[in-house]
Amino acid sequence: MSAVIDYAPLLWQGLLTTILVTVLSGALCVVVAFAAGLARLSRHRFLSWPAGIFIEVFRGTSLLVQMFWLFFALPFFGIQLHPVTAAVLALGLNEGAYAAEVVRGAIASRAKGQTEACIALGMEPALRLRRIIIPQSIPAMLPPFGNVMVDLLKNTSLVSLVTVADLTFSAQMIRSTTGQTTAIFLTILVVYFVLSYLLTLLTGWLERRFALDRKALAAQRKESRLMKVGAA
Amino acid sequence: MRPSTEPQPLSVGTALAPEPIIRFENVSKNWGSNHVLKSLNFEVAPGEKVSIIGPSGSGKTTILRILMTLETPSEGLVKVDGDVLWNVTPGQKVRETRQLRETRRKIGMVFQQFNLFPHMTAMENIIEAPIHVLGMKKAEARERAADLLNLVGLGKHMNHTPPQMSGGQQQRVAIARALAMRPKVLLFDEPTSALDPELIGEVLNVIRNLAHTTDMTMLMVTHEMRFAEEISDRVVMFDNGAAVESGPPAQIFKDPQQERTRTFLRAVLQH
Amino acid sequence: MIWDNNFAISVFPLLLEGLGVTVQITLLGTVLAAVLGLVFAVLRRLAIPVLSPVVSFLVVFVRGTPLLVQAYCAFFVLPAYGVSFDALTTGVVVIGINYSAYMAEVYRSGIQGVPKGQWEAATALSLPGARTWGRIILPQAIRTVVPMLGNYLIQMLKDSAVLSAITVVELMATAQAIGSSNFRYLEPLTMAALLFLAVSYPASRLVNRLERRYAPQH
Ligand SMILES: Nc1ncnc2c1ncn2[C@@H]1O[C@H](COP(=O)(O)OP(=O)(O)OP(=O)(O)O)[C@@H](O)[C@H]1O
Ligand SMILES: [Mg+2]
Repeated sequence: MSAVIDYAPLLWQGLLTTILVTVLSGALCVVVAFAAGLARLSRHRFLSWPAGIFIEVFRGTSLLVQMFWLFFALPFFGIQLHPVTAAVLALGLNEGAYAAEVVRGAIASRAKGQTEACIALGMEPALRLRRIIIPQSIPAMLPPFGNVMVDLLKNTSLVSLVTVADLTFSAQMIRSTTGQTTAIFLTILVVYFVLSYLLTLLTGWLERRFALDRKALAAQRKESRLMKVGAA
Repeated sequence: MRPSTEPQPLSVGTALAPEPIIRFENVSKNWGSNHVLKSLNFEVAPGEKVSIIGPSGSGKTTILRILMTLETPSEGLVKVDGDVLWNVTPGQKVRETRQLRETRRKIGMVFQQFNLFPHMTAMENIIEAPIHVLGMKKAEARERAADLLNLVGLGKHMNHTPPQMSGGQQQRVAIARALAMRPKVLLFDEPTSALDPELIGEVLNVIRNLAHTTDMTMLMVTHEMRFAEEISDRVVMFDNGAAVESGPPAQIFKDPQQERTRTFLRAVLQH
Repeated sequence: MIWDNNFAISVFPLLLEGLGVTVQITLLGTVLAAVLGLVFAVLRRLAIPVLSPVVSFLVVFVRGTPLLVQAYCAFFVLPAYGVSFDALTTGVVVIGINYSAYMAEVYRSGIQGVPKGQWEAATALSLPGARTWGRIILPQAIRTVVPMLGNYLIQMLKDSAVLSAITVVELMATAQAIGSSNFRYLEPLTMAALLFLAVSYPASRLVNRLERRYAPQH
């Protein structure tokens, strides 16, 4: 255990980097998810096709390959990214491609009935999407989004392979200098587990906050109760 | 033999034979504060065909499920064919004993929802238990299954799976499946209530034949009053977890003694 | 010209070999995950004191931690206790166990989806527990699991690249090795990506079709 205590500051630094990478790539992931997911649904082929190709390519190839490509292959085009930038880009684009499917699915299943109602109200497509369809789709998106975020968090460990000094990287360093393998790796396993758990708690909380359907249902129930009372 | 000096529990109606094949002694069943059976005493004689009637929620299904060991009584003694099936004192933690497993084999059940195995053909449904529980040879089991399928009028359907059959056909296979285990007691829980009206007749015909041609004990929960009247030796009226009246069908349906039975019959026979 | 075609062609056979190892890991890992996941799901359902809660916790724990760190644990920690296999075996076992935690969840929902009446019919026929599981419950539960198994197989194909970190010489490690020894990463990494895509894209189309075929029949 002594190595864990001696090197606690290094592990702490690594943890902060892991959290930083998670937050940055998580934000990128959400942006990419909505951009690609909505573009995929567009009736304009010059939007939906590129989005489709992006989604299939980033879902169809390995995240690690993407990260290495951005870090090692991009310099051949004269672009040298900072390791953190390459890592965040790869994570955000990769998980964003998965999340784009979540967005697409949630909106496509919502859109059927609601769109007709909106058209009947004379709402323009953009307005209809922004005011009605997207807000209504959020509750359905949250649970799968939560899964993507937990995946993303776990996948941040891969950034250690492109020299970003995250939690896993720190652990590897401590292992090679002290040789205290068991304590170090068990410690970071537990830390990752706690982080994923916190993330699921956060999504659970968000789900409750955004449970529009439930609120609507409760209101409906109240209304029907009142009507029954009125009839009696 | 049970000593005849054993005190006779208070029971509604007398069984035909002195040695009952089913015997509930002070059986209670609670779900939380819901007392579904209240110190029930109830007997069925060997070979007797008994119909249980009564309003919804009165505990009819619960009695059958306790007999089939799908439900554990909260308290009381249940004997089947002289063997103890349940002997529960309040608060006791009940475990599945060998005795229970062996006694259970004397009982078969036909469910409201058929509960056939959907991924197996009619034949496979029927031979599964005889082979793997009774240790029957496959050829023999198949031969008997074919006979049973003929008996229920489905000789041509042995290779059909449940999704390929109508509800009435499925229920008839389910009856054949239960019969294949040669039970001494066969339980029916509303065997026709999940069926479309035009399919009820074919299932009732099969049950009627069984009632008339076998000496198997049959215990049936049903809402088909005319049918119960026709095939039963005895009808028991249940209400609120207790048997309120029991007697030959002619008496129960034509001249019920209890006010509760009268109001119930008036309500159901109106339709 | 940035892209060197001759170089690309010369290293292609090596990459194909790497892809072969990747596919091998994926197939073996999927078999292991499918079997272990089933065992875990059944153990959890049997509600055996101590064992079932422990299995439940392990499943959640494995799902909450990174594959890479799990692989490091198996690769660096186990040998310290005298348990050591070659990298490939370690890799298959690690990824198999990792995915078994997800498969356990899929089986669990499959088992839960089998109607209660099926258990009751089995009891009414006095079928023994093993027979009830093996002939009645699991065949119905697994039907719904087949497409998910395919999805996880494809996911595992891509995740297996992580095992390059513990010296398993699969597609990713091969591409990396070619890159570092020739100081040219563009061609091997691009081709590795395309090879992953060439296998996973048709495979996911196939799984989609399976999904439709095995759609719930009830
Ligand atoms: N698993 C259970 N948990 C809690 N309560 C139950 C359960 N099963 C049955 N009950 C309750 O026990 C009571 C009796 O149920 P039972 O199914 O025996 O009635 P029944 O006479 O068969 O009615 P029906 O004619 O509707 O089938 C009901 O009030 C029911 O709500
Ligand atoms: Mg009932």
